[in-house]
Amino acid sequence: MLAHRPEVKIRFRDSQIEMAHGAGGKASRRLIEGLFAPLLFGAHSEPLGDAAHVALNGSKIAITADSFVVTPLRFPGGSIGELAVNGTVNDLAVSGAIAESLVVTYVLEAGLPSDVLEAEVRAMAQAAERAGVAIVGGDTKVVEHGKADRMYITTAGIGRLIPGVAITPRSVRPGDKVLLSGPVGDHGTTILLARGELDLEAEICSDTRSVLPLVQALVAVAGAGIRWMRDPTRGGVATCLNELARDCELCITIFEEQVPVRDGVRGVCELLGLDPLHIANEGQFLAVVAPELAETALAAMRETPGGSECIVIGEVAEQPAGTVLGVTGYGGSRVIDMLVGDPLPRIC
Amino acid sequence: MCLAIPAKVVELSSTEPSRALIEVAGARRSIDIGLLEEDPVRTGDWVLVHVGFALSKISEEQAREQLSTLAKLGESEAAIQEVTGYGGDSP
Amino acid sequence: MKYVDEFREAGAIRKAAEEIRRLADPKRHYRFMEVCGGHTHAIYRFGVKDLLPPNIELIHGPGCPVCVLPMGRIDDALSIAQDPNVIFTAFGDMMRVPGAHGSPLEHKARGMDVRIVYSPTDALKLAQKNPERQVVFFAIGFETTAPSTALTLMRAKALNVANFSVFCNHVTILPAIRAILDSPDMRIDAFIGPGHVSTVIGCRPYEWIVRNEHKPIVISGFEPVDLLQTIGMLLRQLKADHAKVENQYGRVVPWEGNRAALKAMAEVFELRPYFEWRGMGFISQSALRLRAGYAAWDAEQRFEVPGVRVTDPKAAQCGEVLKGALKPAQCKLFGKECTPEHPIGALMVSSEGSCAAYYNYEYRKAALTHVGASA
Repeated sequence: MLAHRPEVKIRFRDSQIEMAHGAGGKASRRLIEGLFAPLLFGAHSEPLGDAAHVALNGSKIAITADSFVVTPLRFPGGSIGELAVNGTVNDLAVSGAIAESLVVTYVLEAGLPSDVLEAEVRAMAQAAERAGVAIVGGDTKVVEHGKADRMYITTAGIGRLIPGVAITPRSVRPGDKVLLSGPVGDHGTTILLARGELDLEAEICSDTRSVLPLVQALVAVAGAGIRWMRDPTRGGVATCLNELARDCELCITIFEEQVPVRDGVRGVCELLGLDPLHIANEGQFLAVVAPELAETALAAMRETPGGSECIVIGEVAEQPAGTVLGVTGYGGSRVIDMLVGDPLPRIC
Repeated sequence: MCLAIPAKVVELSSTEPSRALIEVAGARRSIDIGLLEEDPVRTGDWVLVHVGFALSKISEEQAREQLSTLAKLGESEAAIQEVTGYGGDSP
Repeated sequence: MKYVDEFREAGAIRKAAEEIRRLADPKRHYRFMEVCGGHTHAIYRFGVKDLLPPNIELIHGPGCPVCVLPMGRIDDALSIAQDPNVIFTAFGDMMRVPGAHGSPLEHKARGMDVRIVYSPTDALKLAQKNPERQVVFFAIGFETTAPSTALTLMRAKALNVANFSVFCNHVTILPAIRAILDSPDMRIDAFIGPGHVSTVIGCRPYEWIVRNEHKPIVISGFEPVDLLQTIGMLLRQLKADHAKVENQYGRVVPWEGNRAALKAMAEVFELRPYFEWRGMGFISQSALRLRAGYAAWDAEQRFEVPGVRVTDPKAAQCGEVLKGALKPAQCKLFGKECTPEHPIGALMVSSEGSCAAYYNYEYRKAALTHVGASA
């Protein structure tokens, strides 16, 4: 077993697990790269993506898993059930695969009202139908009251690879364009407000949806010209792009004024001192495409339902390597870093 | 220090005289206006908000003056002399 | 008018930057200090340095209330949080600041009831909603924030919310400026004055700087246009060999300050005879504590705090960076042992600490062969 190989080096030095390790930023990366990867992934040397492509019976399939631990379970724009389906469909989509089947595990807290559970199961069924994916099985466990925040859901999914799409950070070149499917920050800020601890109101809702139709529209016109795709969930756009910058050793330049942020989301972020680029999204994706295909790609996505707000937000440059650089129209620039831990509001 | 942001007062509380509803880019929050009791706040005023309190009223007139001063930069030196400066000393 | 967009507008920025180029004497090297951490953050966030000629150097001052808090005070705060009956509340800024046994967030992960609040009012409300618990508010900040804490305490007293108390670490800005000016190795030509502190204290308190030191100070706003316009005003004064207090942020800062805020502060707080500033030693009359009339809401009196002094690791040069004597990258620990992920000093944790700001926004730009900006 891998764990007994003496030469496997554990680089994870944190003495205990913190919330930050699940936030999708640097701490998460430290955990994954420092503990999970050396012990679990063995000889796998590809940069970690949203889904893995494995060879089975002579062909390749995509496989991924995701867990959902959101509170509250229901929020404007969706619920945990929809997140669970869309999240996995999206992970497969941005790895260049069409989701075929999902399996679901529920960890339920004793005392959870049955109608709450039923509502989520219905939501999952509807989301699966909308996304064109079948739920084919799963598992259920019940834990004592207080041991699971009402319910935790994990979904695992498999999918068919879309022919002609080969996504790898190493294919990214200077001059490539960075496309974003729509406004950022909606989901994370909606959850924050839905917790009701803040005296804050805004008309915002989660953006949870399947991005597969948009991915398919992009692939149809840009296929081989797509270098990389990712869905910016926890950690936000900034974290995603930083991972890419690190993996491809180039500079991702973002035109700050081009990044779309809805009004209410902007207001909440301003009031709390949060950066929309660090906030989770559940219905968006980023794509890096060859420059000559960018316009066509954009047009195709914009013509697809749900794609009207797609936009080019940046481009790839050589230097400074491994960095995401935000530039403004007036000539100022700043490094946009990965999230360190949970996005913390600030007063200063 | 001091993340303080400009916000528009959209409603004064009818039940609590020291509270008001402000709005920033589509988000609304209830804040305390007790630090501005010497110059009472009205709906439509813009205030500077810090940690849930209004610290100051924002003067639209001064803001416009500042921006117009900037816009005039680059004109002849003589014209610049006439411009009332960028705020200057005590009134 | 939105009061933000207009002051980030490219045309206005360009004009202000051109004015600076026109006024700056190419034979002179200017050193301007921005006192306030919010300005440090804004300078990096908006890439203001990219817009300045190379002979204007911006030095970052000690105006970061999180950065100047000695580690011992954080440990004191966390010792209060250890009490299982306490709900410990603080602003997000404090949550990752390391104490000797971990940060507030790490304590929260170990099961302590530590909660983020966005306003002292939130903490008071928590106390009202949880009458059987003790709610403690970790108050930090300069004069910008102190009036809000003061007013909240006045409300707590009026409503007789007995289970609420404040662990007060408010500090005042003028002694920090004085300490900078008294430093023998400092050479500052002029000051970019704290915009939001001045909303409370007004512009008059800075007059001694111009009188005694003959150095200009311009109170500045936080948008790129504000900062650039302020630098232009400083250059104009230096060119004419003037030294006066000017208010660039006139749309927000009243010359006389906010009387109601000052009254609230005077009612609730008094100056401590002395207070330790991290990296700067003890400074007299530089921090606030609750007056006798508010003793019942003073966490330091309600709880036993160890009051231990914790010295920073010898290699950490927080003090020199705070005073502007060293640039962040010149500290031996910068970017190696001390990074935002595992910060040694508060300057690397606080989003407006110069080390964090430099690391997060600028550090890797140094690899650029040309300034990255869309022309």
